[in-house]
Amino acid sequence: MTGYLIKRLFEMIPTLAGITLISFFIIHLAPGKPTDILTELNPKITPEARERLEKMYNLDKPVIVQYGLWLKRIVKLDFGESFSTDRRPVMQKIWDQKQSLLDRRLFITLMINLITFAIILAISIPIGVSSATHQNSLYDKLMTTTVFIGFAMPSFWFALLLMMFFGVYLGWLPISGLKSLNYDALPLLGKIWDRVSHLILPVFISAFGGLAGDSRFMRSSMLEVIRQDYVTVARAKGLPEKKVIYKHALRNALLPLITLIGLSVPGMIGGSVILESIFGIPGMGQLFFMSVMTRDYPMVMCILTIGGFLTLIGNLLADIGYMLADPRIRAKQ
Amino acid sequence: MKEHSLNDVFWRRFRKNRLAAAGGVVVVLMFFVAVFAPLISPYKPDDIDRKHVLEAPSVRHPLGTDDLGRDVLSRMILGSRISLSVGFVSVGIATLIGIFLGAISGYYGRWVDSIIMRFIDIMLTIPTFFLILAVIAFIDPNIWSSSAIPGWIRESLKIILIDPNIMNIMIVIGLTSWMGVARLVRAEVLSLKEREFVLAARALGTGDMNIIFRHIMINSMAPVFVSAVLGIAGAVLVESALSFLGIGVQPPAPSWGNILTLGKDNIEIAWWLSVFPGLAILITVLSYNLVGEGLRDALDPRLWDMEI
Repeated sequence: MTGYLIKRLFEMIPTLAGITLISFFIIHLAPGKPTDILTELNPKITPEARERLEKMYNLDKPVIVQYGLWLKRIVKLDFGESFSTDRRPVMQKIWDQKQSLLDRRLFITLMINLITFAIILAISIPIGVSSATHQNSLYDKLMTTTVFIGFAMPSFWFALLLMMFFGVYLGWLPISGLKSLNYDALPLLGKIWDRVSHLILPVFISAFGGLAGDSRFMRSSMLEVIRQDYVTVARAKGLPEKKVIYKHALRNALLPLITLIGLSVPGMIGGSVILESIFGIPGMGQLFFMSVMTRDYPMVMCILTIGGFLTLIGNLLADIGYMLADPRIRAKQ
Repeated sequence: MKEHSLNDVFWRRFRKNRLAAAGGVVVVLMFFVAVFAPLISPYKPDDIDRKHVLEAPSVRHPLGTDDLGRDVLSRMILGSRISLSVGFVSVGIATLIGIFLGAISGYYGRWVDSIIMRFIDIMLTIPTFFLILAVIAFIDPNIWSSSAIPGWIRESLKIILIDPNIMNIMIVIGLTSWMGVARLVRAEVLSLKEREFVLAARALGTGDMNIIFRHIMINSMAPVFVSAVLGIAGAVLVESALSFLGIGVQPPAPSWGNILTLGKDNIEIAWWLSVFPGLAILITVLSYNLVGEGLRDALDPRLWDMEI
């Protein structure tokens, strides 16, 4: 197991290098020099100052040297300073240690995605299993239809509709931000409810989309497993149906789902751009969108790298989960 | 046995799947709406009418008007052309790249395969939407109508009804969505390359490219086609999300996504701006997904003895 883990970690290195390479070179797609955005806002800037600035960002050196120097800094988690007017270090904007944990951008995005994950798993597994055991029933067909609609539903449109209904028409739920203006004045329970109520719509929407994929997958995985010989054997020796399905079949059907979960990480992180922008949630996705629009290159490079890194971690965790869950793989090591 | 029996089985199975057949009808209808958009739309999509701003649906304007008094139905009809052309072209690009890289990766194996597979891993690791967002925001949006592009390319774009301003989006979506096709094609090539007909072709001295594309690929087009149909659905979704965020199709050109942006800005007073374009996206994506899944099931011989 440790041997496998070490091998797996080493395999991550070239991928990680590729991620940094793409994150670095993507900013060179823009016409002009990266520092143009800093200088064009200030027409009075002298040629000397411009040169100094270019030197500071190593723009006078060959691109490949620039990449090397950048790489050297980011292993120390130093992604430079943001180009925006506050000029704060990029890492500080994502993970501000002066703020409470709940208000740090990276934490907000991770928290929303993890809650969504938990909800998706808690709902899609039972739906998938029951659709498979009641194949072609009315329930199965209803679920399949819901799944297809979930697949096709543009998340931002769904968000608009729910905002219109629950936020504007009924007025039950807040439609923007993570906490109310009077948050600090609220009692503890009020604070908790305030946070939760702001999360209900965004989490529900992103879970709805993911639910479709996972429950569909769970259904087909389960359908395949319940036709296997060992399930027939379990039935033949007189085990109760519940035990056959939930102990013998489900455990095997769950395995491929673990891989699917690992693969869905980049989609969820990418999707946070849309949801965070619509709901005005101050997470990493919203920051990425703002940085792209204002050409805040250090910020963009940093978030791209972190996004790729998070996916790698997700895949690694999925692999470990797979290994822990499947005795056959454990035995092989 | 008749010569076309396989084909017959396929079509009978596809038509029997009523959902897929319904999706197919919508797909065909949408296609004609997109092609004949200017003939069908009741108004010119850019006609501004300051006296009838943000009007609810009525007989004059079946889907209402937007903040400039433009007819929403007409804008959605032209928008279908834009959304579908983004879907078709970007999937075309992705499929070509995927076939090429997947085929040479599977056929040559060894280091070619390792490099391409590693590259796919990297592309799959960076959150795609981040990548698309950054690339589209950074490259020059007017490049396809500028003189940097030869005149004949600009002219031919016009002939096939493609707005030069959306070329960037098509290319970027295409460049970031080929990985699935490449993996699929690689697997197909791996399973076919040791078969007798390939060995026979090689024994006859047929060139590698000829073997890959004329002998192997021709036998594995079905799954590629299915993934292309499903890919169109995905590309339409991505385009609408980009346009909704304001970096996709730029107004005044209409797209379902950018009409929804107006819907968001007027969420408290004009529900029709939010409801109808979203419905159009939903129905289009749903139909392509149904057709794709239907084709996959109809093509899957393992399912042939099962009733759907």
